[in-house]
Amino acid sequence: MQPTPEHLRWMYEKMSLIRQYEETMAKVYLEGKLPPHIQKGLAFDIGSGPVPGEMHLSAGQEPVAVGVCAHLKREDSVVGTHRAHHFAIAKGVPLDRMTAEIFGKETGLGHGKGGHMHLFDAEHKFGCSGIVGASMPQACGFALAAKKLGKDWVSVAFFGEGAANQGAFHESLNLAALWKLPVVFVCEDNKWAISVEKSVATAVLRNSDRAPAYGIPGVHVDHNDALEVYAAAGEAVARARRGEGPTLIEVKTDRFFGHFQGDAEAYRPKGEVEELHRHDPIPALAAAIKQRGVADDAALERMRGEAGRQVDAAFAFARSSVYPQPAAALQHVFA
Amino acid sequence: MALATATTAVQAKPEAAAAARRLTMAQAMSEAIGSEMERDPKVFVMGEDIGKYGGIFSATSGLLDRFGKERIMDTPISETAFLGTALGAAAEGMRPIAELMFVDFFGVCMDQIYNHIAKNTYMSGGTMRLPLVITTAIGGGYGDAAQHSQCLYGLFAHVPGLKVVVPSNAYDAKGLMISAIRDDNPVMYFFHKGIMGLPWMAYFEGSTNDVPAEAYTLPFGKARIARAGTDLTIVTISQMVHKAALAAEALQREGVSAEVIDLRTLVPLDVDGVLASVAKTGRLLVADEDYLNFGLTGEIAALVAERLDTIRLKAPVRRLGVPGVPIPYSRPLEHAAIPQVESIVAACKQLMGTRL
Repeated sequence: MQPTPEHLRWMYEKMSLIRQYEETMAKVYLEGKLPPHIQKGLAFDIGSGPVPGEMHLSAGQEPVAVGVCAHLKREDSVVGTHRAHHFAIAKGVPLDRMTAEIFGKETGLGHGKGGHMHLFDAEHKFGCSGIVGASMPQACGFALAAKKLGKDWVSVAFFGEGAANQGAFHESLNLAALWKLPVVFVCEDNKWAISVEKSVATAVLRNSDRAPAYGIPGVHVDHNDALEVYAAAGEAVARARRGEGPTLIEVKTDRFFGHFQGDAEAYRPKGEVEELHRHDPIPALAAAIKQRGVADDAALERMRGEAGRQVDAAFAFARSSVYPQPAAALQHVFA
Repeated sequence: MALATATTAVQAKPEAAAAARRLTMAQAMSEAIGSEMERDPKVFVMGEDIGKYGGIFSATSGLLDRFGKERIMDTPISETAFLGTALGAAAEGMRPIAELMFVDFFGVCMDQIYNHIAKNTYMSGGTMRLPLVITTAIGGGYGDAAQHSQCLYGLFAHVPGLKVVVPSNAYDAKGLMISAIRDDNPVMYFFHKGIMGLPWMAYFEGSTNDVPAEAYTLPFGKARIARAGTDLTIVTISQMVHKAALAAEALQREGVSAEVIDLRTLVPLDVDGVLASVAKTGRLLVADEDYLNFGLTGEIAALVAERLDTIRLKAPVRRLGVPGVPIPYSRPLEHAAIPQVESIVAACKQLMGTRL
């Protein structure tokens, strides 16, 4: 399945937006967390600064988000992981409200109640959470509802190669296959489950090989390439829309940053990250776009510039927004 | 455990136009679910053996024949998957009911319940609504041992974001179930096996009572005075309500007037109802079949303790619960571990005998 020029441009725009967003967040996250702004004797204080808590950045994994979400409508649902900024951006979650949520501001998606790992946008049918494997059963639920409502909506569950060893993975694939649910299970194999390599955690080489055990097709995307993801996801989404049930896709992708920001990555082989950067999927897509005559260097430059402006605007919105009132902590437990 | 020979007096609503009929709690539950499923096509049920079998405790009896397998869905043994499915379906506007066969099995799916179902509304700042019901069987006293006899509502009441509903009789069971299904929030509905009125498990007869044919709701957070009294207050819930009622009858014969409060729901809790009763009698016994430590009995005692400036106690608070042991199998051991009618009577006599 070949992408249209519109899709090609859209994917490049979104990948540029994601990358610049994550690189900006990497810098902003450190604000207020280092000496001399923190408690004496500490080298880093995770709770300080405008973006407290953990931060999991998706730089390098852009192809998975855009290659899948290019095929999704607003009515299709996405359930993501703790490392979900790229999914949110690709699904169309407004950048300003997402950033405000990460800053814990009143104007955030969850009025500051959820933060970076719990971004919920009902309008764009996007949610994510910090529990490994939790996305898969929930995507089954969105898909079941779509089927009952007679819609051709699809639900996508994103998860990592580490999550494929959770019970929830096995239960969800079986249930989705059994009930022929319109789910696409997308496994991001970035090789690392925090510090544990796939090869010492998973008994099989490829999670896509586990699919036949549940009676569903398994597709392996060998390269961290937007066009390859696009092709595989296009088939899977079309199958689901036709009522033919779920598919499992596993993408070999690259985690450019650490598991979390502040991760010393002592476990990572020397030179690995530099090597990954040499295979950056964004310039690769730019090359493909130019080669197809869809856009020239100037146009790509303009897209990157526009992405930068959007990122700056989102962070400015977040910074200038107010915090919620303390009493708001007691609200919204129940609808 | 003998069948009760006396009943708790639960009055059907005087305005009920339709003829009242005696239903077991199981019949009341399935009637409630059935009537809501007829009224609202968004309601459906998932769970293990809830289809052809009608639920192993008959909570969904007859529903498969009426509504078919698209709406009464037997699931594989995959609690994490189908509880998470309930979440996703609810987020999409459906109103699923998921049965967790025994509350004791919560361990295999607790993440979806307490980290997602309970918290997504809050974490989304109120925008994500999850109108779902989780029904689950609780309770012991029939030799099912440590992993199939627990109550555990205290644990679910402890974590924020779940409404906790625990009926003691058929009339309440129907009204509370209809309220639960119509609630736009996650509701956990705990039904005690020993009051379902099953033909294969001894039950307290007070749990089978008159149930109007038409649909009705009962509010959450409103306790029921199961028996009015003046000398002491027994705060209790679920099957223990019937034991407390029997104890109250025995105490009455000895001149002690016990008031029995059936909490009906733990979240929300009828704090005012409890405090009013204790303020009236000045003596409190909390009788619970859940574990004694760090649970319901401590919560009620603390709520009273916080108001000792306005409530005058005549005796220290007494609590009965399962005393920090897994439920034993052997009958004499199980009988000793779970509060019984005689232990309630003894505790009440102690209340009358001690002074502050």
